[in-house]
Amino acid sequence: MPAANHKLTTQEMARFVADGYLRFDGLVPQEINEPVIEELRLLEVNKINQMLGVPLQEGGPQQPASLTPLSQCYPAPSLLGAMLNLPAVQGIIESLVGPDPLFDHDFVHRLPAGSDYQQHLHVDAVVDSADPTFDIQLFYYPRDVAPGAGGTRFVPATHLRRTRAEGVGRYQHLAGEQQYHGVAGTLMVFHHGLWHAGQPNPSDTDRWMYKIRLNPRVPQIRLWDLDDFEEKHNDASDHTFALMRQDSVAQVLRTMQPWQKGHEQRYEQMQRARLWRYLSGDPAFDVDYYHTRIEQRARLAGEPG
Amino acid sequence: MTTRQQVLYLWLAEGALDTETVGWAFHDGTRGEGPQLPEGEPPYPSGQAALEDGWFLIQSPAPAPLHPGAEYEVTYLANEFVFERRIEIRS
Repeated sequence: MPAANHKLTTQEMARFVADGYLRFDGLVPQEINEPVIEELRLLEVNKINQMLGVPLQEGGPQQPASLTPLSQCYPAPSLLGAMLNLPAVQGIIESLVGPDPLFDHDFVHRLPAGSDYQQHLHVDAVVDSADPTFDIQLFYYPRDVAPGAGGTRFVPATHLRRTRAEGVGRYQHLAGEQQYHGVAGTLMVFHHGLWHAGQPNPSDTDRWMYKIRLNPRVPQIRLWDLDDFEEKHNDASDHTFALMRQDSVAQVLRTMQPWQKGHEQRYEQMQRARLWRYLSGDPAFDVDYYHTRIEQRARLAGEPG
Repeated sequence: MTTRQQVLYLWLAEGALDTETVGWAFHDGTRGEGPQLPEGEPPYPSGQAALEDGWFLIQSPAPAPLHPGAEYEVTYLANEFVFERRIEIRS
């Protein structure tokens, strides 16, 4: 549950770092959900027309260019703009990528009733940079999606794996994968690295989803509601094999998915700790001491004897 | 009769064949004529369980060399075991 100012809490931010996504059921009101479908229909047609180089249909929203500040995308009376400007949506966006991020791209993913279109698991775009910065992708479902009716499949906590898109298609199933279903107005926000795939829609209802990718323009440091920050943010001594806290960010970052077993978990924790160091602005942060013991020794090697 | 191959990929928790299955993929060269996977997710709780059900191991992952600077990165699933069954089908 976000804070009263609509920004995410420290607890939610830690959950995003661990799982690579957050989900907000029924966040967008019905006054937008149903009428936005016509706007999405025109946007979809015109995006495809633009790719094909054929004239655009009249009446659709103006398509933003990449690098446009979000505040300049979809001006009133656009209902997509109204959705993106909801305080609850702005709070989520600002917490993760800061105020007025840049529009990267968007797309309307409509799966017609009875569609057998199916994607392999993939990561969007190209292999990621080595730094911890990230984009977000909003997945907005303006209509109900019944279980199995074409909801997006995704694998929680895959977002920090450095892979190429085509390399993860070999995984037909991973333990703990999910396929989205939910009520109209649900918004999911993904770290850009999360593995996902479109699924068939055997139902008799079209499946609508709008996806938009946003790039930060400011360092993503402590942009959320910090009321619970001092309480949750732990120091580097929070260590399962020594003294550990049950109520800290580290404890959230220790939570693994069913596909994350065995010693591999330790490397996942290290990557999550690295991302939290960036987000919190605390270069000494750690989970279970993995970074700290190595860094302590490395400093010794650099000191004169 | 003709021989066709069924291939099963299991991604295991660690490098040992008797560790827990965390991912799987099945490719059926018999187009459904041959035996299918057991019901349940995952189809086998470990690589050892697949062996006991008649699958033959054809690839086992060797530990990957560590690249300086990338020792702590996470990437593709490392513990990929590949099995096959050869099935006689009507040609």
